[in-house]
Amino acid sequence: MQIDWFSFTPVPSLLGGMILGVAAALYVLLHGRILGISGIVAGLLHPKLTDTAWRLSLVLGLICAPFLAALFFGIFPIIEIDSSWLAIVIAGLLVGFGAQYGSGCTSGHGICGLSRLSPRSLVATLAFMGAGFVMVFLIRHLISS
Amino acid sequence: MKKHFGLFSQYAIGVLFGWGLIISGMSNPQKILGFLDLAGNWDPSLMFVMLGAILVGLAGFYVVSKRTEAFFGGALHIPTRRDITKPLLIGSLIFGAGWGIAGFCPGPALVALGAGHLKAIVFVAAMLVGMEICERFFTGHRNKPSI
Repeated sequence: MQIDWFSFTPVPSLLGGMILGVAAALYVLLHGRILGISGIVAGLLHPKLTDTAWRLSLVLGLICAPFLAALFFGIFPIIEIDSSWLAIVIAGLLVGFGAQYGSGCTSGHGICGLSRLSPRSLVATLAFMGAGFVMVFLIRHLISS
Repeated sequence: MKKHFGLFSQYAIGVLFGWGLIISGMSNPQKILGFLDLAGNWDPSLMFVMLGAILVGLAGFYVVSKRTEAFFGGALHIPTRRDITKPLLIGSLIFGAGWGIAGFCPGPALVALGAGHLKAIVFVAAMLVGMEICERFFTGHRNKPSI
């Protein structure tokens, strides 16, 4: 292992992480719910009259975030997607299925779950990080070389 | 009036979360893959994202633990389960495998979709299909999953 000092961004990442924490804390304080993106999105698939509007509002906020960041702060996100179309489709299927089957994703388990010291979320976070490490190793160091 | 303010608050928190992802660099799949690539040129940034988020989150959830209802009214919907189950473990492993393929998880994918990336739109569509497959064939029989 060697550290990629060129890509490493400790200060913006810590600051951005704190903003994520503020959003998650505000969400549970104001709305009484876990800010878990996969769960909020999945609830839109079988809409109920009472909860579609708030789910859509939150998702719309996420979608508008890059435009509003450019408008207010002149920040344009760097988004590099190098995966092939096939890889994108397979990854999307796995991420959607896995988040639903495992009851959460990086936000619900990783941020909220660890913040409330949930043992289930700790297991989930270790599992998905472990699987992510293995998958990247397979793709970058075994298959590609 | 209160209802509309609640919806605006949902929207604003969505924007704030999106900004957090953008500023932290997590809306960039290559940065996620850089973190997951332990054997290559490792970018530890995601550790700092988690550190910042959890430090603030711990305080937030501590405050919530003293309350019985949400600020906008209504009960707190906070999961109470503590059992480690097979679906939790298997689902998370599958999620992690998909995360490691493209470097996208649901939040950043929606931000990238909003930035107009075609591949993010396709990713989100596939993600919805994956969720529906799970809901229809695997978890439809049980009550709403809780974290």
